[in-house]
Amino acid sequence: MGEYTSEELQSIFIMQGFSGLSLFSVLLLMGLGLALIFGQMGVINMAHGEFMALGAYTVYFCSTVTAEYAPTFGPYYFVVAIALAFVVCALLGALVEWLMIRHLYHRPLDTLLATWGLSLILQQTYRSIFGAREVTPTLPDWLMGSFTLKEGLDIPINGVFVLCLSIVVTAFLILFMFRSRFGLRLRATVQNRKMSGAVGINTGKVDRLAFALGCGIAGIAGAAFTTIGSTGPDSGSRYIVDAFLVVVAGGSASLLGCLASAFGIAQAQSILEFFLDGTKGKVATLLVIVVALMIRPQGLFPSKVRGH
Amino acid sequence: MQLFFRTLFKTRGEAIAFGAFIALILIILPITLPIFRLNLIGKYLTFGFVAIGLVLLWGRCGVLSLGQGVFFGLGGYCMAMFLKLEASDPVTTAIQSTPGIPDFMDWNQLTELPAFWEPFKSLPFTIAAIFVVPAVVAFIIGWALFKRRVGGVYFAIITQAIALILSLGIDGNQGLTGGRNGITDLRTLLGWDIRSEHAQYVLYFISCSLLFIVALGAKYIINTRLGRVLVAIRDREDRVRFSGYDVATIRAFIFAFAAMISGLGGALFVLQVGFMSPSIIGIVPSIEMVIFTAVGGRLSVLGAILGCLIVNFGKTTFSEAYPDLWLYLMGGTFIAVVMFFPNGLAGLLEKIPFRKTKLAAVAEKLRQPTSDEPETLATTPTSSTPSSNEH
Amino acid sequence: MKIKQLSHLFLKVACLAAATATVQAKPPTSEVNTTGLQVTDDTVTVGQLHSSTGTMAISETGSIQAEQLAIDQINAAGGVLGRQIKVIKEDGASDWPTFAEKAKKLLVNDKVGTVFGCWTSASRKAVLPIFEKENGMLYYPTFYEGLEQSKNVIYTGQEATQQILAGLDWIAKEKKAKTYYLVGSDYIWPRTSMKIARKHIENVLKGKVVGEEFYALGHTQFGSLINKIKLKKPDVIYAAVVGGSNVSFYKQLAAAGITGSKQTLLTISVTEDEVLGIGGENLAGFYSAMKYFQSIDTPENAAFVKAFKDKYGADSVIGDVTQAGYLGPWLWKAAVEKAGSFDIDKIAAASPDIELAAPEGPVKIHPNHHLWSKLRIGQWQKDGQAKVLYESELIEPDPFPKGYQ
Repeated sequence: MGEYTSEELQSIFIMQGFSGLSLFSVLLLMGLGLALIFGQMGVINMAHGEFMALGAYTVYFCSTVTAEYAPTFGPYYFVVAIALAFVVCALLGALVEWLMIRHLYHRPLDTLLATWGLSLILQQTYRSIFGAREVTPTLPDWLMGSFTLKEGLDIPINGVFVLCLSIVVTAFLILFMFRSRFGLRLRATVQNRKMSGAVGINTGKVDRLAFALGCGIAGIAGAAFTTIGSTGPDSGSRYIVDAFLVVVAGGSASLLGCLASAFGIAQAQSILEFFLDGTKGKVATLLVIVVALMIRPQGLFPSKVRGH
Repeated sequence: MQLFFRTLFKTRGEAIAFGAFIALILIILPITLPIFRLNLIGKYLTFGFVAIGLVLLWGRCGVLSLGQGVFFGLGGYCMAMFLKLEASDPVTTAIQSTPGIPDFMDWNQLTELPAFWEPFKSLPFTIAAIFVVPAVVAFIIGWALFKRRVGGVYFAIITQAIALILSLGIDGNQGLTGGRNGITDLRTLLGWDIRSEHAQYVLYFISCSLLFIVALGAKYIINTRLGRVLVAIRDREDRVRFSGYDVATIRAFIFAFAAMISGLGGALFVLQVGFMSPSIIGIVPSIEMVIFTAVGGRLSVLGAILGCLIVNFGKTTFSEAYPDLWLYLMGGTFIAVVMFFPNGLAGLLEKIPFRKTKLAAVAEKLRQPTSDEPETLATTPTSSTPSSNEH
Repeated sequence: MKIKQLSHLFLKVACLAAATATVQAKPPTSEVNTTGLQVTDDTVTVGQLHSSTGTMAISETGSIQAEQLAIDQINAAGGVLGRQIKVIKEDGASDWPTFAEKAKKLLVNDKVGTVFGCWTSASRKAVLPIFEKENGMLYYPTFYEGLEQSKNVIYTGQEATQQILAGLDWIAKEKKAKTYYLVGSDYIWPRTSMKIARKHIENVLKGKVVGEEFYALGHTQFGSLINKIKLKKPDVIYAAVVGGSNVSFYKQLAAAGITGSKQTLLTISVTEDEVLGIGGENLAGFYSAMKYFQSIDTPENAAFVKAFKDKYGADSVIGDVTQAGYLGPWLWKAAVEKAGSFDIDKIAAASPDIELAAPEGPVKIHPNHHLWSKLRIGQWQKDGQAKVLYESELIEPDPFPKGYQ
C-alpha cells in the first residue's frame, strides 16, 4: 500500500473500526430481543424480522403524520417515534404470545413454524397497508451527515446514533434482568418453571411480559434501522438469519454471549469485506460462523443449565 | 410377500389409501388433465421427494432441517449441468467468443470449461453424482453436528445458514454456476427433446413412479427396527444412547438418506421444468418444503406427498384468482395446522374411526398415547396435547 | 393556463390515436387470427406477467401500472383492429419457476395474443425458452444486459451499450475523469454492464478502473466498501446497485460525507421510482444515465405524465422502466395493425422499423427487436426529480457488441 500516506491509512483504520462498531450495534440490536425470546424462553420467533419492520413502519407513519399535521415538530418526532415503535411492537408481541405462543411452549420447533406463518401474514398486511414499495421516513436534519474530525475522516452521525441507542438498550436490559423484580422472576422461571410457579410467580404473565419486551426491542431495532436503510414488506426476512446466528453463536442463553458474538461477527464481516469483495466477504463470514459452531456448538458463552 | 406387505402397511385402510393415491396420480390425472396442468402436478410431486425425507428426518427422528433445499438444489444442479453441456454444442453456440461452453460462461469471459464441469459430460457420472453429492455433503454436515450433540433448534438454524451460504455462493460465482439467473434453456437429454409433449408425459410417469418407489422404501424403513429406533431417538435420545446405539451415526445416516432422495427430486424437477436457479435452494423455499410436510402430516409419507400437492395446487390456483389474499391464507393455514393439527392432514384423517380396522384400533389402544406425538426437543418429559397450555 | 394546455395536448394525442384506430374497418376474425389465439370478433386477450408480490414487487409495480394505462388508452381509442383488449394478469411472485409456470399457462392455456411482462433478467431467462417453444410474444420493459436476441421478444428498454457508452463518454469529457470505481449488485446485469464499462474505460477513454465490487442483492451494510472508496479516491463512482440495497448504499454514502457536491457519481440503476425510497436529499447532485426522465419537456411526455397521475394519484412517479412498459402495448398495437393480423409470426416480421412518438421521444424498432433510443444524463435534485443535462442522438441497439465481450 505504498501509494497511500500514513495519515490516510490511519483515517481509514479509524473509519473501518467505526464501520465494524456500527455493524456491531446493528447486529446487537437485532440479536437482543431475540436472545431474550429465544435464549430465555426457548421460543424461535421467525417473525422477529417482521416485528423489526413494524417498528420501522411506525417511524414512517410518525414521519408522515408529523409532516402533515405538525411540521414544526419535525426535528424531534424521531425520539417519540422510537418509543412508540417499542410500545406498538410490545403490544402486538403480547397479543401474539397470548393467542399463539403460549400454546406452543412445549414444542419449540413448532413455534418456529407457527411464527413463520405469522411472518407471512404480517408481510402481506404491510403490503396491503403501506404498498409494495420500500419507504423511508424523512429523517430530522440532526441525524444526517457526519462529524468531520479532519480531512478525509468522517464519522457518520446515524452510525453514532445507532451505537448509542444499542448501548442504552443493552444497559437497560441488563439492569432490568439483574436488578428488577421482574428480571428475578424471569430468571427463576427459566431455571425452574414448576418451582417458580410453586413459590407464587405467575409464570404465564412472566412469559408474556418477556415476549412482549423482546418484540418491543425488535421494534426499537427496526426504528433505528430506518436511519441506515429502507423498509419494505419483506425487509424483515433480510435480517432474520443474521439475528439468529448472533444469538446461536453467542450461546443463546446469555446476554453477554450475544454481545460478544455480535462484536465478533461484526468485526469479522467488516474486515473480510474490506479485504475480499462484496459477496465473498459475506459468504466467508457465514462459513466462519458455521464452522465455529460445528467445532463449538454450545456457542461462546454456553448456559450451564441447558441440556440436550 | 404377505409379510413384506404387512411391513409396509399397518392397516388395510392405509394400503387402500395408498393404492387409491397411486391410481389418482398415474391413471386419473393423466386422463383428465391437459398436459400443461399435468406437468405442473409433476413439478409439485418432485417436492414430494423432499417431503418424504423430512418425514423420516423430522417426523420420525425429531431433527428439523431448514436446509433441505440445499440438497434438492445439489441434485438439480448436477442434472442441469449435464443438460446444459449437451445444449451447448459448438454449433448452436457458434455466436459466442468461445463456442462449445455454456452461454453464461462466455458472458463471464471464461474461455474454457472449468475442470469440475468436465465429468458432467457423462450421463452415468451425472446420475451417480445426483445421488452421491447430496448424500455425502449431508453426511459430513450431519456427522459433524450430531457427534457434538447439536440438535433441535440449533441444527435448524445452522442448516438454514448453510442454505444461505450456498445460494450466496452460487450468486457470487456467476461464471461457474450461472449466478442468480441459474442454468436455463435446457433442451435435450441424449438427443431426446425434454420440452416436447411426449417427453413431458414420459417424464411425469417416470418421476411419479420413482416417487412411489421412494415412498414405499421410506415406509419400509419406518416400519422396521430402524424406524422404531428413530422414533425412540426422537422421544428419548439419552435412553437410546445408553442402550448402546450410536445415535449420531443413525441420525447422520437418515440425514444423508433424506438428502439423497431430495437430490433425486431436484434432478427430476430440472427435467420437468427445464431450468435450475438458486431461488429454489435458498431459505424461503427450504422452509416452504417444511410447510408442505407439516400441512400434509409430518408422520405420514402419503400425507407429506399430499401436502406438497395440496399446498402447491392451492398456491397456483389461489394466487391466480386472489394474489393478495394468498399469503394470508397460506400463513393462516400454517398457523392453524401447527397449533391444532400438529400431525397435519394425515393426522386428521387417522382420527376418523371408520377408516381403521379393528386390529389397528386395538393396536392403537396398546400404544402409548404419546408415541406419535412429535416431541421435537427431547428435554422434558411431557405428555401434553397440543391444546394444553400447562407445562 | 398550464393545466389547460396540458389537457389540450393530451386530448390531441388521444384523438390522434382514436383516429388511426377508427378509420380502419374491422377485419373478420378468421383472417386476423390463423393460429388459434384468444381473439374474438370484439376482443383480444393479452397477458400481463409481473411480480405483484415478493421482493421484486417494488420495482415491477410501475410497469404493471404503465402497461395497464396504455391498454386502457388503446381501448378508449377503439382497441386493436376494432377489438377491445382484455387482460389476464398473472403474478410471478418474484420467483423464477413461478414465472415459467405462469408464462406457460398464458401461452398454452389462455392462448393470449401477446404478453407484457418480466422485469429481472432471471425471470426473462426463465420464460424465454417457453416463449420460443410455444411461439408467443413478449414485450420486455427493463434496461438489461444484452447478449440476447429473440424473434419472440421485443425489448422496449435499452440494452447495456445504449445505456453505458454514451454516459461514460459524457462523464469523462465533462468531469475530466480518469479513475473509476465500479460497484454493483451481484447478478448478471450489473456484472455484464461493469464488464462493458471497464472495457470502454480502459480501451476507449484510456482511464483506469481502481476498484470493482459486487454485493449480494439485499445487502445493507456498505461501511467497508465506502472506506475502500475513500481510500482510492476515484474521480467517478459508477454504480449499478439495485433493489433494497440501493437505499442503504446512498444513505450510507451521504452519511459518510460522500455527497453530490464533493464526489461525482454516475449510476445506471436509479430512476424516479428508486429515488422515492432513497430520498432526493441523499442523491442530490449525483447523475443517472437513462433514456427517460419524468422531467423531459415534450408535449408527448406532458400528456403521458398527466394521464399517469390522473389514474394513479398525484404523488406517483414515473421512472425509465415504467415509461418503457408504457411503450409495450402501443408497439404491439402498431405491429398488429401493420401486419393486419394477430399472428405471432406476422407481428414479429412486421415489428422492425415501426416508429412511435413516445414520451421519451421518437423510437423505432430495430430488426434485432430492440429499440433505437436516446441516452440522457439527469442530475438528481432534492425534490426527487432529475434535471436533464445531456441528450444524445438516437443510438443503435447492439446486443452483441464487438470488442466488449
